[in-house]
Amino acid sequence: MKVTVTVNGGEVAAEVADRTLLVHFLRDVAGLTATNVGCDTSSCGACTVLLDGRSVKSCTVLAAQADGRQVTTVEGLSSGSEELHPVQQAFRAEHGLQCGFCTPGMVMASVSLLAENPSPTEDEVRSALEGNLCRCTGYHNIVRAVLAAASERRPS
Amino acid sequence: MIPAPFTYQRASSVDEALELAARAGEDAKFLAGGHSLMPLMKLRLAVPETLIDIGRLGELSYVRADDGHIAVGALTTHDDIARSDLLASELPLLAHAASQIGDPQVRHCGTIGGSLAHSDPAADLPAVAVALGATFVARGRRSGTREIAAGDFFLSLFETVLEPGELLTEIRIPKPQSAGWSFQKFAKRGIDWAIVGVAVQGPNVALVNMGSTPIRARGVEQALAAGSGPREAAAHAAEGTSASDDLNGPRAYREHLARVLVGRALAEAASRG
Repeated sequence: MKVTVTVNGGEVAAEVADRTLLVHFLRDVAGLTATNVGCDTSSCGACTVLLDGRSVKSCTVLAAQADGRQVTTVEGLSSGSEELHPVQQAFRAEHGLQCGFCTPGMVMASVSLLAENPSPTEDEVRSALEGNLCRCTGYHNIVRAVLAAASERRPS
Repeated sequence: MIPAPFTYQRASSVDEALELAARAGEDAKFLAGGHSLMPLMKLRLAVPETLIDIGRLGELSYVRADDGHIAVGALTTHDDIARSDLLASELPLLAHAASQIGDPQVRHCGTIGGSLAHSDPAADLPAVAVALGATFVARGRRSGTREIAAGDFFLSLFETVLEPGELLTEIRIPKPQSAGWSFQKFAKRGIDWAIVGVAVQGPNVALVNMGSTPIRARGVEQALAAGSGPREAAAHAAEGTSASDDLNGPRAYREHLARVLVGRALAEAASRG
């Protein structure tokens, strides 16, 4: 079927099989390979992207379900390494990543959290990231990074 | 993992969804949030020939107060239920249980109707609906509109009284007579299905994952009605259950968990009553 998705502000249209998953549409059709396939069973969150502004696991969403909608991947948060999104900046400053595999999903889940709750407590950050697994077990610094990004964005 | 091939169709109204389902026949499935169905399809445990996407039927996403009950549209997401002010004040058991499902990404997609119609005994909302004495509204081309009591709805694992092509459209929940409520579940990780769970609303006690459907803990309810305290009543939690043995633990372990969780739930409900 013909699927048209607005990805990071630009339209991506393609004829794909009905069973195409959104994560494969993003990686193989749109050529955006930051979004990782981890567990492929909607457990690990490595494939987290924003669908109409809210975090979803793109391994469990059909491309057809995103037809006509807005998707944001980590590539859409900033224009390059010189101009990082505040959440990306905080992950770098607080050493919120080790191997980096979970990072795109962690960042997108964090962006979704801060859009819904701009001033989360530490407990709220930990709950909000329950669906994102870090295989390096670097959770403490990830939580610190999200809290730092939140305080950075808060007007003082 | 990729699902087996299927034909995708998108409905733009309930009527169209029923029409598409009638045309597609018995091997069609409705797709709501897809967070129960899609994992099964990726494992090839479910192989529908046609998926009818009802995910954009905004007409089925709402929470509103009607005469004496709260009406929740079948496509209301877990996240919307968890954030509903009306539900927080009128049906805190439902709002709280929805906030404990899976993780934020799952709650952004998963819907109450999808969870109920999927009929997984490890899911939280079926037991919550039973404890709340909910009534489900279903529409079908042949059966028309009918109401089904939550206690009569679930037949077995992945099986309900819904006929092929029949669509769950609304969940009606009476305003509870008794304020005390609690929802408890035990899982290995926050995102996991409950190994055992329990929903309490007033005198009603329903168990998650203690059989092939949500189960009313009748022994507990009768003990409470006879004046037993929480701890005494909780001793009856495993009566009449048929929990399975699996890699999460043997049946005896689940029965122990049921007694412990029911005890905690009754104590918490009493403190809120």
